Amino acid sequence: MPLPSLPESAIVLGATADDWRAAVTLAADALAASGVAKTTYAGEMIRMIEEHGPYVVIAPGLALAHARPGPDVLGNGMSIITLQTPVNFGHPYNDPVQVILGLAIVSADQHLAAVAHLANIFNDSTAIADLAAATSAAEVQRIMGVLT
Amino acid sequence: MKIVTICGAGIGSSGILKVNAERVLRKLDIEADVIAADIASVRDVAADAQVILTSAEFVEAIGSTFADVIVIENYFDTAELTAKLEAALG
Repeated sequence: MPLPSLPESAIVLGATADDWRAAVTLAADALAASGVAKTTYAGEMIRMIEEHGPYVVIAPGLALAHARPGPDVLGNGMSIITLQTPVNFGHPYNDPVQVILGLAIVSADQHLAAVAHLANIFNDSTAIADLAAATSAAEVQRIMGVLT
Repeated sequence: MKIVTICGAGIGSSGILKVNAERVLRKLDIEADVIAADIASVRDVAADAQVILTSAEFVEAIGSTFADVIVIENYFDTAELTAKLEAALG
């Protein structure tokens, strides 16, 4: 499958969020803005965390906000939110979170190519800090390896 | 050998763990099938697994199992994965 899209409309830098729910909602709204999810996807993402805990904070400072493929997902895409002030998710090791990566995936059997791409980017331990410090959407797209 | 990665949705985080575990296992020259699954299917998928890789949040829900349950803190830190897989399999 082609890499999930990350258009400028799905990137919000220096956003303000009062808590993790607000931060996750921003990531879902950005996916909706770029046309790959319905706004109701936010509720699905939040429900996953309420049900299973803050495991989506998969690395220091980074939350991978996502839910299952379903009727809320319209296409394969990513969003990137950076926060002016980091928020806590209640994670035992990786709080506070400054970068939220929203992920919408249409089909579970096809998602491994997309996450292999994410592993390539984030196995470089500077990527999260680079995203947090980014000042333009183009810079984010460059870090995320997305050609526009 | 069978290794299962577990997350809430069975996509996304468990997929990242699968991809990175496969990379580490290749470097360690260990042959294994690595399967990403959601917590709801852990009983079926992990019944014959040697190792389960997951986050701290899922340990309780995984419950009693014959597999080694390994908690990964940073999914992108292949050094952490290497050390923990080597300790479990070595």
